[in-house]
Amino acid sequence: MNAKLIIGLAVSAALASISLSAQAGNTAGGLDAKTAEIVKRDFRDKGIAKATRVNQDELQAMCSKYVDNLPAKLKTRLEAEQSDAIKWPADGKYMGDWKAGEKLAQSGRGMTWSDKAEDPAGGNCYNCHQLSSKEIAFGTIGPSLLNFGKLRGNSEANQRYTYSRIYNAKAMNACANMPRFGHMGILTEAQIKDLVALLLDPESPVNK
Amino acid sequence: MNNSNVIKLIPLLVLATSCAATAAESEISDSDRIAQYREMISDGNPADFDEMRGEALWKTVAGPKQASLEKCDLGKGAGVVKGVYTELPRYFKDTGKVQDLESRLLTCMTTLQGIPEEEIAAKPFASEKKASDISSLATYVVGQSKGIKMAVSTKHPQAKEAYEIGKRIFNYRAGPYDFACSTCHATSNVRIRMQDLPNLNVRKDAQAAYANWPAYRVSQGLTRSFQWRLNDCFRQQRFPEPKFASEATVALTMFLAVSANGGEYAGPGLKR
Repeated sequence: MNAKLIIGLAVSAALASISLSAQAGNTAGGLDAKTAEIVKRDFRDKGIAKATRVNQDELQAMCSKYVDNLPAKLKTRLEAEQSDAIKWPADGKYMGDWKAGEKLAQSGRGMTWSDKAEDPAGGNCYNCHQLSSKEIAFGTIGPSLLNFGKLRGNSEANQRYTYSRIYNAKAMNACANMPRFGHMGILTEAQIKDLVALLLDPESPVNK
Repeated sequence: MNNSNVIKLIPLLVLATSCAATAAESEISDSDRIAQYREMISDGNPADFDEMRGEALWKTVAGPKQASLEKCDLGKGAGVVKGVYTELPRYFKDTGKVQDLESRLLTCMTTLQGIPEEEIAAKPFASEKKASDISSLATYVVGQSKGIKMAVSTKHPQAKEAYEIGKRIFNYRAGPYDFACSTCHATSNVRIRMQDLPNLNVRKDAQAAYANWPAYRVSQGLTRSFQWRLNDCFRQQRFPEPKFASEATVALTMFLAVSANGGEYAGPGLKR
């Protein structure tokens, strides 16, 4: 084999790989990969919001890729994994103090780069849900939870169900809009119990 | 500063304030109140001051190279500002990049005026303490597109790719809350607390939202740029901070601008 032929082969191989990678960039998968690359490069630490927050877990990546419409099998698997990871209260109790829960529900603070690490995170509940009939400034991204306990009762099974919905809403609906308050460490076990009480306690303004 | 504009604004602001107070008593929605306020001062938005500041900056020599920006090419040729915003972001041959208004202004300020990029990018947004030159320049330029229909092209392959990447960033869920832009902006007729949210996947909503940025933010007393708008969305998404004028922010802007195509540009706008 002469030198010219070798160079010629090398050049054509290089050209082929360039056109292949250009094609890959234009496919949906290639664009997904390129998007992830750009996002990882173009976001930076600010305050408590570190750049690593853009790294997705599998659930976030799949919900992004399928724009919240997961294939059935994948959806079932992800929901089961989220459900299995729920940490249940060691004392077997699910209800705390509804008054503390109402305060928490009102607060929309927490985890932005303008919040301090030591600032307690709020529940952000009223941002998206109607809860107490007394609060008229409620959001509508999530369903109304007015009379939640009155309609469902506060049996232990329902307390457990309510706890799990707040702890990890993705255990029942993988691409739900609602944050995973327990799973992601946004709220503590005690705080989630207070929110369960806000929803289920017969004395709570949610049920009055 | 233009004195007749200042005089024109004062009675309107007083009127608008008293109108807002009356409205609060008669339980009309926040959106209605803002619409009323907007209507009342449509003849004299406080963003006018920032627009005037930007115009002066555009025409004044500055930077180590002692040049004005009157040779800056925003897409329709050197010095042309009329209508340019309705075709941005676009692909620019000289930089080989898709650029939005602010990243393009950054290019002009660094190449024509010799101002270091880091200096501009370090404080790209206005604050109570200090105005931002690049932000005021953007306010001036967008004002020259008022009444013109949005017509952003994705013909160039890189522009098309930016649109596709922007769409993916719109749906990119991450962070402790799992939020994407789409968490709040892909459903119609929903709100956070009392704040109505546009569904940016619906053309009419996307047009109305895009047409009114940059905008004077009444609650902050500042005129805010589009890069600032995206920056604050990501803050509330619990994301880390997007770098100013980065490829990610330009791509997202491309997606939003194309979604608003056909709508009449109406900025600088006025927001709560």
